[in-house]
Amino acid sequence: MSEKEFPQVINRLRTTFRSGKTLPEEFRREQLSNLLSLVKDNEQLIIDAVYKDLRKPKFEAVLSEIEMCRNELYCAIDNFSSWMKPEYVSKHLAVKLDDCFVRREPLGVVLIIGAWNYPFQLILIPLIGAIAAGNCVIVKPSEVSAATESLIAELIPKYLSQDCYTVVCGGAEETKALLENRFDHIFYTGSQAVARSILQAASIHLTPVTLELGGKCPCLIYGRVNIAAAARRLVWSKFFNTGQSCVAPDYVLCTRDVRDALLPFLRETLEEFYSKEPQTNLDLGRIVTDRHWTRLMDLLHKSRGKVVLGGESHQEEKYIAPTVLVDVEEDDVLMEEEIFGPILPILTVESLEEGIDFINRKEKPLALYVFSEESSVVNTVMEKTSSGGFCSNDGMVHMTLPTLPFGGVGASGWGSYHGRWTFETFSHRRACMLRGWALERLNVLRYPPYTDNNLSLLCWTASAKKSWPSCSVM
Amino acid sequence: GLIEQLQVVERAKEAFLGGRTRPLEFRLQQLKALQRMITDRQTEISTALKQDLNRSQYDTPLLELISLENEIALAIEKLAEWAAPRPVEKNLLTLTDEVYIQPEPLGVVLIIGAWNYPWALTLSPLVGAIAAGNAAVVKPSELSEYSALLLRALLPRYLDKDLYPVITGGVSETQELLKQRFDHVFYTGSSAVGKLVMQAAAQHLTPVTLELGGKSPCYIDKNCDLRVACRRVTWGKFVNCGQTCIAPDYILCEPCIQGRVVEGIRQTLLEFYGADPKCSPDYGRIINQRHFSRIMGLMEGYTAVLGGQSDASQRYIAPTVLKDVPPQSRLMQEEIFGPLLPIVTVSDMDDAIRFINEREKPLALYIFCSDKKAVKRMIDETTSGGVTVNDVMMHCALSSLPFGGVGQSGMGRYHGRHTFDQLSHQRACLLRSLGMESVNLARYPPQDRHRARRARLALRSPMIDFSKRTFVWAVTATVIAFGLAIALLVILLIASGLNCTCFYWRGFYY
Repeated sequence: MSEKEFPQVINRLRTTFRSGKTLPEEFRREQLSNLLSLVKDNEQLIIDAVYKDLRKPKFEAVLSEIEMCRNELYCAIDNFSSWMKPEYVSKHLAVKLDDCFVRREPLGVVLIIGAWNYPFQLILIPLIGAIAAGNCVIVKPSEVSAATESLIAELIPKYLSQDCYTVVCGGAEETKALLENRFDHIFYTGSQAVARSILQAASIHLTPVTLELGGKCPCLIYGRVNIAAAARRLVWSKFFNTGQSCVAPDYVLCTRDVRDALLPFLRETLEEFYSKEPQTNLDLGRIVTDRHWTRLMDLLHKSRGKVVLGGESHQEEKYIAPTVLVDVEEDDVLMEEEIFGPILPILTVESLEEGIDFINRKEKPLALYVFSEESSVVNTVMEKTSSGGFCSNDGMVHMTLPTLPFGGVGASGWGSYHGRWTFETFSHRRACMLRGWALERLNVLRYPPYTDNNLSLLCWTASAKKSWPSCSVM
Repeated sequence: GLIEQLQVVERAKEAFLGGRTRPLEFRLQQLKALQRMITDRQTEISTALKQDLNRSQYDTPLLELISLENEIALAIEKLAEWAAPRPVEKNLLTLTDEVYIQPEPLGVVLIIGAWNYPWALTLSPLVGAIAAGNAAVVKPSELSEYSALLLRALLPRYLDKDLYPVITGGVSETQELLKQRFDHVFYTGSSAVGKLVMQAAAQHLTPVTLELGGKSPCYIDKNCDLRVACRRVTWGKFVNCGQTCIAPDYILCEPCIQGRVVEGIRQTLLEFYGADPKCSPDYGRIINQRHFSRIMGLMEGYTAVLGGQSDASQRYIAPTVLKDVPPQSRLMQEEIFGPLLPIVTVSDMDDAIRFINEREKPLALYIFCSDKKAVKRMIDETTSGGVTVNDVMMHCALSSLPFGGVGQSGMGRYHGRHTFDQLSHQRACLLRSLGMESVNLARYPPQDRHRARRARLALRSPMIDFSKRTFVWAVTATVIAFGLAIALLVILLIASGLNCTCFYWRGFYY
């Protein structure tokens, strides 16, 4: 599909939306079930595609791409009809006899722009919510994960209604052209730099956006802590998907003692997970492209920290060994931007306050991790910092629970999704008040010519809560 | 000047980072102070409004202060509830963990107010900002000059000076202000400026709430109580001289009732404002000369069927109704925001629905119709920020309803708890322990089929399968188990002798 065809495609979807095709519950259920079949029928193809793109181990692909999508689909299919129902709200005296409720309505034609690190999930999960909410959708998978992009472009038209859901492929140029058109919502997962231009494009049409960005997710280890267990969870979440996760712990902050105790456990865990020869181990993935590999190697070389674990690499394979550095300072090149790779710098702080101040000097991250068995430490960190999400004594798992909203704050993003939150993201909450013809005598209080008496009576009815605190019978 | 502005914002940021907005007591104290300000200074506020908009002494409390007071009272009452952690459902992996959403302040919020309800529209978002624990820079509209200056004088006397500064100024000051980085920008005003605000905020990836406007249609069906409908529409249209974002902008009705609608409005106008509205203390004025000329310009080429008189020296425009207005006229292109009420004829409800859907999504939609099914159909087949059926503007008066637009009429919502939520970050929190590592083992490499299956199970959600078959089986099993348990209990009791356990019947035998 060429750029010139974009406006036509969008118009076609808009016409379909206006016809009301995506509104009925049965239609949405059918599409969601078809999407479930897509995932079930093509599990192996999906695993193969992400292997081709990222050399993603089958286990990781199943957990992060297949299972998460299935959970989201079950959640949506089981619950969306209740999400669709009107939500009745509490009323004050003046409107007691009226029907007051909030209606969830679809927005229209929405655009979902995916990313390459979890190429299937990052398209599918927003798509589930967009369909459940009754919208028409244009899906734009990341061109960097080319195999998954073509798989998505092939499968979606096969399973879903082609009038309502279209896949558009292409790179930066095509995305720019796409964004010149008007959408009713834009859902973007990716980097801050691109997010700015998306927001600029959206502001021209006053299009609301959801931005799932990234940042440097700090991992604080402090106080009384089972270092062995912490090391395992840290290693798992850091090197899952070869560190290419927006919620991977980016760097560690701890005291010197903790660091010295941590290192042998990190070594032990890495060996346990990926064997003494990680390069030949099938449970470790690769960097997505040469360009990204070069960027990471560049950072590693320029860093003034000391490599204590790993450090090996192989350009042709786009391989970088799980690498840990110590003696990294705040102004190190590794601390400038999100690492997004299997490189873990450990920075030392003297106290918890210093660690918290360090974190607060930087942008609000997408996730914040604390390893400590002291609840006072956990609570202090939580209260004195801000982040998209927070997880203590583990990494990344908070995003697998569909009942928790997943999203950033500040530079790490705007809006949230997963589970019901995706449905809400792609819906408009329309306030409805249905009044009757009776009680016009009550209305008279608000009409001119104005009088003092009317005013006091009106104040009383509109602020009835104060005078009738427990009167819920009416 | 510019430097001052920068310093003011910096001070607000520092004050926020200092942490004093965190404790709920502080926020409650500020809210109560705001409440006092409105109650103590009502007369001064009324005077300012009279000078800005010729607002009658009744319209002030009615339209601005009552709702503001209610918002503050609600926030004070519910703050602890709103700010508390909100637990969520867990999966198998997180069964023994603490899982909840914690609302948190965003930081420094910029609130840009509007001139038509200068107090309500500037302070209502402030209530939510304070309740959510933010600092807020308040920028009232310069068009409602007296109110802006009064706010600048009053607010620092009641609220924390560093956390909630007021910055006054015009377009260039606002543009400069928007170059600074905020954690949220809350703007009420026109769609045109809304775009500029969003664009400026985009530089810093700042989220925005835009309460914009548009042409809110008012459909009057031939099957309704026309007399009451006309009264309600007249009230909503001409209050504040039509300068309300949710005022019914234009009427859609069938040609057969157009005459009766005009007559209904005429009678109501007489009742409300007398024969000469210019002399009524209850009828307002246009905010300034520019808007006066703009509105007069919209009328050009049309003969009003009601009203039409004006007086530039007073910025007075009579309540005016125009009929048989063509859809492509200038009057139908932009939001009127004045006391002109065009009537556009449509052939039936379907035609009205089509007319509405051809245009931008409005902030409000009004439907006057006694047929419940038809009303439902119209709601189903259109969209808008909000809807009021058989009345106008009232959906805005209930704080439990979210108030906001969609599409060109805005993004985000507020009022009541919704302001609190809009100006908070809903942080997802998962608190685990380092124990129970055995459950975690399944997800670690090296991987095999058995581990993979256990990991999948641990992450599976929902934990309980709510499909019908499972449900029926679960209920049946529970009933049978219960029955068996009772049977066992009875047998045991008989075996051990009944008397000693029958406390209840003791009274009967002794």
